[in-house]
Amino acid sequence: MGRDTRKGQPRYAVFDHTADLGLEIYGIDERELFVNAAFALFDSMTDMSCVKRVVTRSFEIEGSDREDLLVNFLREMLALYNGDGLLVKDVCLDTFTGSHVAGTAVGDLFDSSKHRIIMEIKAVTYHMLRVDQTSRGWRGRVICDV
Amino acid sequence: MGGMRVPGMIYTSDKMLGNIGTDQSPKQVANVAHLPGILKYSMAMPDMHWGYGFPIGGVAAFDLNEGVISPGGVGYDINCGVRLMATRLFFGDIKDRLHDLVTALFQNIPTGVGSKGSLKLSVSEEKKVLREGASWAVARGFGEAGDLETTEDRGVMEGADPDLVSDRALDRGKQQLGTLGSGNHFLEIEVVEEIFDETAARAFGLELNQVAVVIHSGSRGLGYQVCDDYLARMVKTMAKLDFQLPDRQLACAYLASDAGRRYLAAMACAANYAWANRQMLMHWTRETFERTLRKSPRDMGMRLVYDVCHNIAKIEEFVIDGKKKKVCVHRKGATRALPPGHRALPDRYRAVGQPVLIPGDMGTGSYVLVGTEKAFHETFGSTCHGAGRVMSRSQAKKASRGRSIVREMADRHVIVMATGKGTLQEEIPEAYKDVDSVVDIVHNAGLSKKVARLRAVGCIKG
Repeated sequence: MGRDTRKGQPRYAVFDHTADLGLEIYGIDERELFVNAAFALFDSMTDMSCVKRVVTRSFEIEGSDREDLLVNFLREMLALYNGDGLLVKDVCLDTFTGSHVAGTAVGDLFDSSKHRIIMEIKAVTYHMLRVDQTSRGWRGRVICDV
Repeated sequence: MGGMRVPGMIYTSDKMLGNIGTDQSPKQVANVAHLPGILKYSMAMPDMHWGYGFPIGGVAAFDLNEGVISPGGVGYDINCGVRLMATRLFFGDIKDRLHDLVTALFQNIPTGVGSKGSLKLSVSEEKKVLREGASWAVARGFGEAGDLETTEDRGVMEGADPDLVSDRALDRGKQQLGTLGSGNHFLEIEVVEEIFDETAARAFGLELNQVAVVIHSGSRGLGYQVCDDYLARMVKTMAKLDFQLPDRQLACAYLASDAGRRYLAAMACAANYAWANRQMLMHWTRETFERTLRKSPRDMGMRLVYDVCHNIAKIEEFVIDGKKKKVCVHRKGATRALPPGHRALPDRYRAVGQPVLIPGDMGTGSYVLVGTEKAFHETFGSTCHGAGRVMSRSQAKKASRGRSIVREMADRHVIVMATGKGTLQEEIPEAYKDVDSVVDIVHNAGLSKKVARLRAVGCIKG
C-alpha cells in the first residue's frame, strides 16, 4: 500500500486481527520505518490524496526502546489529529536515535468538505508490538484499536 | 516470569471451544493469572475473544493491599455499556411508523466517526460531568431523577478527580458528549419476543410484544485517551515493579500505590462521562419517540429498565472463604450480575436480582438476564456481555462484498441506518458468535438466568 520505498517494497501492509487494525510497516532504515508508520496510520484513516501540505507541527518523543518509541510516536501523531484535527501527510525527522525522535509533521486540518474519515482509530496499542531488522531493511508491527 | 498465581477458568461449551482455539485469548487468561494479588481465578466468559493484555470477556479480582489495577483490564472504552428502556407501546402501535421512527432517531442522535455533540461544553462544565456522571445530565434536563435509580451505581462512580485527566483527554471529550460513536455501538428499537422468567420480567416491567430501546455506547475519545495516558505511564514505571509481566499491554500498578489510585480516580471520570453520555442519548430518544408518534411523555412511558457497564474496574465487597472482603474487580467485556437481596439494587428489583443486558450482533436483538447468588460466589458477581467477535473487520468486509447489508436486514424485518457504509459491512451478523449460545452457557452455568429475549426491528449505527 502507498508508494514504494526506495527498495521497491510497499510502505506498509494491513494484517488481520479480530476486532482491530494490524499494520505491518516497512522501511529501508529506522527513520523511513517511522515516516512510513505515520503514513500507514493516516492512510488507514482517510484518503491521503485529498490531504494537502499546508500546516506543520513539531514534535519530540521519547521511548524506552524502539518498540516503545514507535508506539509513543504514533500516539503523538494520533493526538495531532484528535487535538488539532491535523491529518498528517508526511513527517520530517530531524533527529533520530533508538530512544528519541524529533521532527515536524506536515498536513492539513480536517475539513468535512474536503476530507472523509474512513476509520476511527481509537488508540495505538502494545499488543504484539514488534520492530525488527530484516534482510530488506526494517519492519514494524503495530495493532491499532479501531 | 513469576508463573501463574491462580488457575484460569473459561466458561464455554464444546461447540464454542472450537472458536476459542483459533485466537490467543486462552493465553491471555493465563497471562492475567500472573498478576500479583489476583484472587481465586483468572476468568473468561463464553463471549471471550482476543483483547489487549486482558482478553475481552475477562474477569479478574484483586486484593486491595497486594493486588494491582491495570488499564488493559478495563479496556480503552471505559464504561462502555448498555441501557434498556421500556415503553407502554406494543409492536402494533409502531409497526407502520417504524421507518419514520428510525429516520428521526438517525437525524436526532449524532452517530458515526468523528461526530460531534450539539452541546458547547466549557472545560469547567466538562469537569462537572466527570465528577457527577448521569446526575449532571439529569440536573440539566436530560431525563428524570428516577432514571438514576435504575442505573448501575446510580450513574456515578465515587472518587473521580478531573484534575487527573489530561488536557488531551478533556479536549477529545469536550466535543463528543452526547454522541453514539461508531463501530459496534448502536441504538436499537426492539420488541419483547419471548419471556423465560415471568416473575423477573414483571419486576423489570417487561411483557410480550412490548416496544423497548437498547443503547450501546461508552466514554468516547475521553475514555480512550485516559486509558492510553495511564497505560503509557505504567509501561514507563513497569521496570521498577518487583514482578515481571508477560505482555507490555498488561502494564499495571499496585492498587495501594499512588499510580494505582490515580488511575482509578481518572478512570472514574471516564466512567461518569459515559453514564452522562448514555443518559443524554436516552433523553433524545424519548423526545424523538414522543414527537414522531405524537404522544405525551405519560402515554409513551419510556422508562429506564437498567443501565450496565461492561468495561470497568470497581471496588466491591464479596464473601471469600466465609469472610466479607473488599476487592477490585476488573470486568473487561463482562457485566455485573448481582443476586436477589443485594443492597446495591434498587428496591423494585431487590427481590429478583439485577437486570443484566446482553446485546446481540446487529439486528439480532438482545437478552435480559438476572443476576444470581452463584455468580456472586463464583465470578465476583459477573457474567457475559454480548456476542463476541469471531471475524476480523477485514474478513467481515470481504464476506460482505457485493451484498446489500441494508436489504439483507430489511429481509429480516429490521430497518438499519448507518453513517458509514463500511460499518455495516464490518458488523454483519456472521462476524459475531451466536448470542443465543453465549447466553445459554451463562444460563446453564448459573451465572445469570434468562428473563426475556428481544428482537430488533430498527437500528441506527455510526
